[in-house]
Amino acid sequence: MMEVCGSSNVTLREFGCEQSLLSRPDGSASFIQGDTSVLAATYGPAEVKVSKEIYDRATLEVLIQPKVGLPSVRQRSQEQCVRETCEASLLLSLHPRSSLTLILQLIHDDGSILSCFLNAACMALIDAGLPMSCLFCGVTCAIDADGQIVTDPTAAQEKESRAVMTFAIDSTERRVIMSSTKGSFSVHELQQCIAVSQKASEKIFQFYRDSVKRRYSKTL
Amino acid sequence: MLSTLKERTGEVLLPGDEFSFETDDSISLTGPVRPEKVVCGPGLRRSGDRLLVCKSGVLRHKQPHMFWMDSQQRRYVPAKGETIIGIVTVKSGDVFKVDFGGSEQASLSYLAFEGSTKRNRPNVQVGDLVFSQFLIANKDMEPELVCVDSSGRANGMGVFGGGGLVFTVSLGLVRRLLTPHSEVLADLQQLFPCELVVGMNGRLWVKSSSVQQTLVISNLLQSCDAMTAQQRRQLFRRVAQGAL
Repeated sequence: MMEVCGSSNVTLREFGCEQSLLSRPDGSASFIQGDTSVLAATYGPAEVKVSKEIYDRATLEVLIQPKVGLPSVRQRSQEQCVRETCEASLLLSLHPRSSLTLILQLIHDDGSILSCFLNAACMALIDAGLPMSCLFCGVTCAIDADGQIVTDPTAAQEKESRAVMTFAIDSTERRVIMSSTKGSFSVHELQQCIAVSQKASEKIFQFYRDSVKRRYSKTL
Repeated sequence: MLSTLKERTGEVLLPGDEFSFETDDSISLTGPVRPEKVVCGPGLRRSGDRLLVCKSGVLRHKQPHMFWMDSQQRRYVPAKGETIIGIVTVKSGDVFKVDFGGSEQASLSYLAFEGSTKRNRPNVQVGDLVFSQFLIANKDMEPELVCVDSSGRANGMGVFGGGGLVFTVSLGLVRRLLTPHSEVLADLQQLFPCELVVGMNGRLWVKSSSVQQTLVISNLLQSCDAMTAQQRRQLFRRVAQGAL
């Protein structure tokens, strides 16, 4: 882990999560960060079309539905980011010639939307019981006009910032799996943001653990 | 490693948690050294010399050295030897294709029924329910079902199902119904007399003396999936008293 500069603060908005809330999908979860809210559903391992099947691993498909209208190019690029992260942590070779589908529905967007998609996706995959080698979480950092690093920015903070970065961090070694950045920043600032994200991911992983413990706490 | 696993039995674990040999595992120089053996069940994988958890759930232990993750899941993945309820979808020549809710359809040969020969074919139509077990079920090959056991007897397997209702529940409830002294089954037996077939792919078939009772039982089983034992007993008591 890199050194964290003292001037940045790792404050995240309040989290909320609910698992298994939909009856039809094999796994579902909703994730709320402040006012940003996303609903994720997973289906799989299920039948796959012959044109899409891969002989030695599962085919993962991610679909992001915006709140209003049809998915556009922005959703396609977000889908790509989420899909690469999921493929890095799922054990796809255990289900060859099958399909895994992950559907993310945006309920409300108040900033840090890509990290909210990643967190909801991870919770839905855990809920579905798909075999994973590690967990992942998403953290968004914004660099405002003064050079301060703000974690988990709201939409208003993102608008006023000069750079917005989202990192997907894995749970075993806290390494960066995926990064998506927008705006201008220096190499030093990038490294600082990565360090801050790694620190923030601890809180998110502890939250995952508490959520799953709560779910299994009912003795059925 | 065996000691850490035993310590953490009953804990909720997440994918990515691992167990490794501790550096201060001492080997006695005087007594006989027995190699530690750990049998990993579903949800645990070996990766080099570490044991990785790959599904979330509660770690369970069975003497002497079997460990597995008890997780709540809805989608069935076929495993050899498990008995399931399948629906015949295609009848082509010598082989039936059976849908059991997995990622591909399983094949069931017409010779895999008790007393069937090339001249004496079994009476199986498209849409029939079959209770069968997996002969071949791994990730690389097409799953294959049979309706006979290894000695050639049906043993309860085969085509069934006139007049009942098939519905889906979670795999956790199915496992709870199949445990030797199942509480859910005991509570259910006190309600109405019924026939129940339990498929490990999450499908249940119920038939009772009237259509209304069949529907009541199927609704009860689907709803007691997510209830604690106390809530379930309360619900069954209300039904027995005729409230529903």
